[in-house]
Amino acid sequence: MGVSINWLKDYVNFTWTPEEVAHRLTMAGIAIDGVEKSADDSLLELDLTPNRGDCLGVINLAREIAALNGTGISIPKIEMQENQEDIHDYISVEIADPDLCPRYTARMIKNITVKPSPEWMQNKLLSCGINPINNIVDVTNFVMMETNQPLHAFDYDLLGEAKKIVVRRAQAGEKITTLDDVERELEADMLLITDNGRPVAIAGTMGGQNTEITDQTVNVLLESACFKNTSIRKTSKKLALRSDSSIRFEKGSDINGLIYAVNRAAALMQELGEGEVVAGICDSYPDPKPLAQVVLRPERVNYLLGTSIDAAQITDYIEKLKFEWHEEEGNLLVTIPSYRPDIEMEVDLIEEVARLHGYEQIPATLPCGDTTQGGLTEYQKFKDRLKQLMTGTCYEIINYSFITPRYFDMLLLPGESSLRDIVRVANPLSEEQSVMRTLLLPGILDTVGRNLARKNSNLAFFEMGSVFYPQGEGLPIEVLKLGAVVAGKLEMNWLKQEIDMDFYYLKGVLENLMRSLGINQLTWMEANDSCYHPGRSAVVMSSGKVLGVIGEIHPLVRQNFDIKPRACAFELDVDTLFELSHQRVMMEQITRYPAVERDLAIVVDEQVKAFEAIEIIREWGGDLLQNTVIFDIYSGEQVPAGCKSIAFRLTFQSNERTLTENEVNSRMDKIRDGLKATIKASLR
Amino acid sequence: MIDRLKQIKLLAIEKIGEVSDFDSLNELKVKTLGRKGEITMLLRGLKDLIGEERAEAGKVANDIKNTLENLIDSKTAELKTKELDMKLRNERIDISLPGLPLQVGRKHPISMVTEEIKDIFIGMGFSVAEGPEIESDYYNFEALNVPRDHPARDMQDTFYISEEMLLRTHTSPVQVRTMEKLAPQIPVKIIVPGKVYRKDDDATHSPMFNQVEGLLIDERITFANLKGTLMLFAQKIFGEEVRVRYRPSFFPFTEPSAEMDISCVHCKGQGCRVCSHTGWLEILGAGMVNPRVLQYGGYDPEKVTGFAFGMGIERIAMLKYGINDLRLFFDNDKRFLTQF
Repeated sequence: MGVSINWLKDYVNFTWTPEEVAHRLTMAGIAIDGVEKSADDSLLELDLTPNRGDCLGVINLAREIAALNGTGISIPKIEMQENQEDIHDYISVEIADPDLCPRYTARMIKNITVKPSPEWMQNKLLSCGINPINNIVDVTNFVMMETNQPLHAFDYDLLGEAKKIVVRRAQAGEKITTLDDVERELEADMLLITDNGRPVAIAGTMGGQNTEITDQTVNVLLESACFKNTSIRKTSKKLALRSDSSIRFEKGSDINGLIYAVNRAAALMQELGEGEVVAGICDSYPDPKPLAQVVLRPERVNYLLGTSIDAAQITDYIEKLKFEWHEEEGNLLVTIPSYRPDIEMEVDLIEEVARLHGYEQIPATLPCGDTTQGGLTEYQKFKDRLKQLMTGTCYEIINYSFITPRYFDMLLLPGESSLRDIVRVANPLSEEQSVMRTLLLPGILDTVGRNLARKNSNLAFFEMGSVFYPQGEGLPIEVLKLGAVVAGKLEMNWLKQEIDMDFYYLKGVLENLMRSLGINQLTWMEANDSCYHPGRSAVVMSSGKVLGVIGEIHPLVRQNFDIKPRACAFELDVDTLFELSHQRVMMEQITRYPAVERDLAIVVDEQVKAFEAIEIIREWGGDLLQNTVIFDIYSGEQVPAGCKSIAFRLTFQSNERTLTENEVNSRMDKIRDGLKATIKASLR
Repeated sequence: MIDRLKQIKLLAIEKIGEVSDFDSLNELKVKTLGRKGEITMLLRGLKDLIGEERAEAGKVANDIKNTLENLIDSKTAELKTKELDMKLRNERIDISLPGLPLQVGRKHPISMVTEEIKDIFIGMGFSVAEGPEIESDYYNFEALNVPRDHPARDMQDTFYISEEMLLRTHTSPVQVRTMEKLAPQIPVKIIVPGKVYRKDDDATHSPMFNQVEGLLIDERITFANLKGTLMLFAQKIFGEEVRVRYRPSFFPFTEPSAEMDISCVHCKGQGCRVCSHTGWLEILGAGMVNPRVLQYGGYDPEKVTGFAFGMGIERIAMLKYGINDLRLFFDNDKRFLTQF
């Protein structure tokens, strides 16, 4: 909203340029977003915080300027002639729901001439973006802009016979056509203004068409009321109907200032429409509240701010705000004006002092409490380390935690999969972001697909993030996962050493990671997971615990994510990794005795897994066998059909002595016999 | 005989000088000093000599032998050096060719900035606290002094799971969770990094983003301490020359509240497009912990005070790395990720 500098000058004297005003207000917490200049005026663009809705009223903004430059404020005097009649002969008010409407007042202006308002008023309204309509509507808008009190004008003659205003909650299903020509169905709990029969306005939000001011209007009933902010906010949200009025009520209105506003409007209607003001205000205020009083302890100001502002200066700031106060036991007992509902506690007043003193005037010092160690927990260090290790091969990515439920179909997850048991966002931005992920894989695959579409090839990514599993009524379970994906080759180079980032590549990444974390004795079991190639995927375990799954992505899943080349991925459980990792590594003695290396090539059935052979070799090799490496796998001409040859290099070594030829030979014999007997290996 | 020996010596010295390969040198050595070499042959005549003459001839012969052997040795060394030089010359490669492209990755810029921020505050004695991303309404709003239907709820458009459950809109719920756990111990000195969610999606808003929250509760914690701490932080992350300013602001969970601006990192405060020609960039919100929040956390606001602050990691990463579009962070384009 823009506020005219000229208009402000009606109430407060200042010589600052518009830019200076903007700067000073901003530095005092009334943010001005910009200054818009016109030929003979400037507009301040307000960007108010929700606690300072009062500054939407030009007079209240003028109070801020007055507090900053220490001058006075001139509020327009009300000059009007009331007739001899009594308002109570024209209207009565009943507040049926005082919890939502603490105060309702009405005034009556008779025999008014509806016509355009004068140019000065039209200009002021235009300056803040309000279109002039006629003198009656314009006056209500003008006074609202001036005082921040929303007003509503009814055509008195269109109100029902009873001439009784009843403020009550709506009944569900009740309807009203509002001034914007929309029929709206109401819900119970929405506050209504009724004429004791039908709704004539949605309280604080918008009036009804049935009692609208027209060119034919002769008698006007003017409403100036206070409605509960939360109720107005809820109603306006539910109806998707925000008005200048509802915006103001939402932020809290001035329960005493509404009297000034209704008088000011009546006086202006008399002046601009030759209306006759009926004497008195119909004021329904069932439970009048005294003004709030808040104790301000000068030493507490300095205690909280770390300043040494003396008591006299603190008093001076309170005076500049025009807050009434008196001394009580060395403290200030401050009476909070009703236009500042944001001030409820001592700290609120301390903030007033601080912002008038200037935040820049407060010193900057470091806390001087006991020194604290600070730092990371073992788990936090572990997570950082995991990321660090993964950057050895992969780029880190971050995907949204919410995904589309379509992903579960794209991953070919069976209907009964527990991963389809999801936490749903009740009000998502779109279906694409409507459920919380239960696994990282779809986001990771989506990233691969998007990169490939942009001709980025040879991809290696990892992500560490939470997945979410519902848990009855309580908060969902959040589980931290580490996922990785590779697709393509290692970067091309002139040495022509091309390495496919395939299953074995990613398995190597995983094995290296586990070695660095001190997680040993991994076991690999063929996985049965719809996302992965059934012949090229594995469940990784250690110490009887499942760490996660690794595998080549199922071709149909790849197709669903627009991934043409083969891609491999893994997804691991970070907490399990943490649990199994051994940070402390004990050094093993380096033996002084020489190692003996032996090569061993066997031919076995194609179906036999290399690991089975290694198990047998280890079993028969005993503790002298230090290391077993596979250095060749071959199937083809030299090998019978349906078979493959595997070549091992075995290293024997002892910590206690130099091994003899015979010792090693007898071990090798046992290994060969074992291989022959168990997996029907023939020797090459 | 002595003359003959000297003659052989001169001739040999000359030839050694001329030799340029091992074979010739070897041949020369055999010919001169070998078992059937000139000197050996000549010395066979030594037995025909007598007395002093014999002794002298023997001595001369020995000297010559030694001299020649030394010469041949040093010539051998010389040839070896030459040969190695030649070998190395032939092994010359094009050092301008690129090195082997080792496959490495990088952390996401968000992680890098988060870790940098964590390190700065850990250096000041803060610990790191974490909490769930799906939160209860109580911890996300109520215990932070944001009652239902309060207009302050409009400051953070919220994704709900149910009436009572939501995607946290800030990392602040961890403040209350930590206070509940520690009360009445002091100090509470934590920072809280993490993902947060708001129902907003445009060029300057992402429905998911990252925050770091800070909280220090102790006896006699002042607004001045807040300024001092954040000043130090700003200098560490943006450089010693950065200037900061504080503007009053509003957050339901702090009072007084402030927003901290830093002098524009691009124009050094002169005014440019990045800072909308103001010279300042808004960077974080902060304030003194609202007494009501202290009470919710189990602390007596008359006995302890505290400050809290919160900042968007993306914002800081954008300023640090000159990233102009928020959406790049979650787009995960390889060409973006490889730059950090």
